[in-house]
Amino acid sequence: MAIIKKLKAVKKEQNHLLGIQDLSYPQISEILKLAKTFITLNKSDSKKLDILRGKTQINLFFEPSTRTQSSFELAGKRLGADVMSMNIVNSAIKKGETLIDTAMTLNAMHPDIIVIRHQDSGAPNLLSQKVNCSVINAGDGRREHPTQALLDALTIINRKGKVEGLKISICGDILHSRVARSNIYLMNMLGAEVNVVAPKTLLPHSIEKLGVKAFTDMKKGLDKCDIVMMLRLQNERMQGSFLPSAREYYEFFGLTPDKLKMAKKDALIMHPGPMNRGVEIDTNLADDINRSVIREQVELGVAIRMACLKIFCKSNR
Amino acid sequence: MKEIYLINARIIDPKNNIDEIGGLIIDSNGTIKAAGKKVANGNLPSSINKIDLKKQVLIPGIVDMRVFVGEPGYEYKENFRTLSNAALSGGVTSVVSMPNTNPVIDNVSMVDFLKRRGRDKSKINIFPAASLTKNTEGKQMTEFGLLKRKGIVAFTDGIKTVQNPEVMSRIMNFASQSESLIMQHAEDNVLSNGGLINDGEISTRLGLKGIPFLAEKIIVERDLSFLEEYFCRYHISQISSKKTVSVIKKAKKEGKIFSTGVSINNLSLNENDIGDFKTFLKLSPPLRTESDRQALVESVNDGTIDVIVSDHKPEDEESKRLTFAQAATGASGVETLLPLALELFHNKSIKLNKLIAALTCNPAKILDINKGTLNKGADADLCIFDINKPWVVNKENIKSKSKNTPIEDRKLQGQVLKTFVKGELVHERN
Repeated sequence: MAIIKKLKAVKKEQNHLLGIQDLSYPQISEILKLAKTFITLNKSDSKKLDILRGKTQINLFFEPSTRTQSSFELAGKRLGADVMSMNIVNSAIKKGETLIDTAMTLNAMHPDIIVIRHQDSGAPNLLSQKVNCSVINAGDGRREHPTQALLDALTIINRKGKVEGLKISICGDILHSRVARSNIYLMNMLGAEVNVVAPKTLLPHSIEKLGVKAFTDMKKGLDKCDIVMMLRLQNERMQGSFLPSAREYYEFFGLTPDKLKMAKKDALIMHPGPMNRGVEIDTNLADDINRSVIREQVELGVAIRMACLKIFCKSNR
Repeated sequence: MKEIYLINARIIDPKNNIDEIGGLIIDSNGTIKAAGKKVANGNLPSSINKIDLKKQVLIPGIVDMRVFVGEPGYEYKENFRTLSNAALSGGVTSVVSMPNTNPVIDNVSMVDFLKRRGRDKSKINIFPAASLTKNTEGKQMTEFGLLKRKGIVAFTDGIKTVQNPEVMSRIMNFASQSESLIMQHAEDNVLSNGGLINDGEISTRLGLKGIPFLAEKIIVERDLSFLEEYFCRYHISQISSKKTVSVIKKAKKEGKIFSTGVSINNLSLNENDIGDFKTFLKLSPPLRTESDRQALVESVNDGTIDVIVSDHKPEDEESKRLTFAQAATGASGVETLLPLALELFHNKSIKLNKLIAALTCNPAKILDINKGTLNKGADADLCIFDINKPWVVNKENIKSKSKNTPIEDRKLQGQVLKTFVKGELVHERN
């Protein structure tokens, strides 16, 4: 018995990407540096590498997702991995199987990486305790969405050269947003000054303790900022009692040319998508090629995910 | 049964203001014949057999006002036998069992079943609580008078709160005629809907929906307003926040008569202990901030809070090995209630007599049961413990059927050595 216990204790620490909070500065630099090399590759004619040949990647998406799931799928394939995306709608989970049981079933197939998106905060953490492979968080509840924050950082670096010293304003539904939380942690770590802008009903308790300044006046929140990061406002929030109406929200928290004037002249507009034009962002601003980097975010997303897959898969085996 | 002589113990009986070295005689009926300093070696015949307790502490058996047992319906979580073993190893000799079983304890025939099972399978005193409303649905009140006559000591919807103010006001109005004790779990369902932990910095960081302190405060304020109009025996099962403490202090100052409990978990842990999504610390009411915890501790000391409960809620592993949102609520705790409470004495947070009173005579008085004291003629329900003995909580040694302790690996000081129920030695640790 004692020997078994000892063996368990020395079992190799797994390497997972569960959240920005768990990453160190050198790890982040490594991801961003590697991702840069993939940007050029993704633009070339021959996009396929064999870094992850023979590896198996399972995408386990419990929530509907278009861009994140396809981005991870493409990233895995470009690195040469065998990628399988689970269709949860038809799976045993809908029949009442628990996350742990699903994990153990998949684990028996010896995957090297599981990419998980789940509606419950902490689900990737739970999964990571039970499987022998790397777990990558593709968004859990309202907690973290680390690859989104990393791709946002890469986009900013691509345009502005650095994140350090910039003023970044994150606007919209902060309360329910994992993108906001991951970005707050990451941008702070990279040396930016972070503002959040939202109506009081959409600001989480004690948000300033995460190292941000909170504003309910969007013009003040955008004052002299370098980056305007808009968040999606989910429709169900408006039918709940968080807000009176989309019209009222757009008037005070929608990104319009008038409010954007407060930001620096060369401020970039970002959005994790999908966008609600006319609800959180003026449709012309969203398409303004001089200001909006929304499509570039999607493009660099693949590069970031390739870097994450390579780094977290490699260090595991 | 022969008479039993316990000598050379530190006898603490808060009801009678006793804290002295002395002894205790259990007569042949299993009741207390005498207790105190007069019962000493010199005053007793030398021929009889005496048990020398070597200055260990002897208190009345603990009365735990909030315990969940799985019978009927959830026997795989806890049955009367396992609950009894767990309780006795923690010096708990009387428990009030919550009605949230399947089916719910809401009618007279269920009470007979419970009493029979409790008598046949357990060695502790089971005082069943019945639900306030049929099937704990919060709509139709139960038969307080008839149930009370059958031996129900208290009425509560357990993990649920009567939400409808009209129903609650009528319950309080009606209950007074049968002098029934009403115990409320204070939580506004609309405000706490979907909430998992305390609403604060930790809930923001973990991305878990918060339960605001207002959900508790608003129900306490509502019920205390009713109490002004419809006086009845009213008890708030557990409180968790500083703000609720203020409400209670104010109401007591105004002369309102009611009582208040707190879970040992809310006295000993705070929201930071949840760490990386530890589902064993998913509790109701939730663990709150350190300053809330301190306010609760102070309230036990100054008498604002009357009772400490274990809120023993056994949950099997399958119900806890889930995401935080899906995991069951509650923690096992009846066997660690006293040792964990003693931590608050050792770190000088709460005076020993206050602590013991909150575990013995105070709950007995609220429940109006003849327990919790060392009075002459009372049942010899006793708890004898070594106040300094260090030990570590280990899941594998837990006697309860479910192992969901929130304090795994915690170093505690103070361990129960012997437990007597009605004069019978029913637990002994070597």
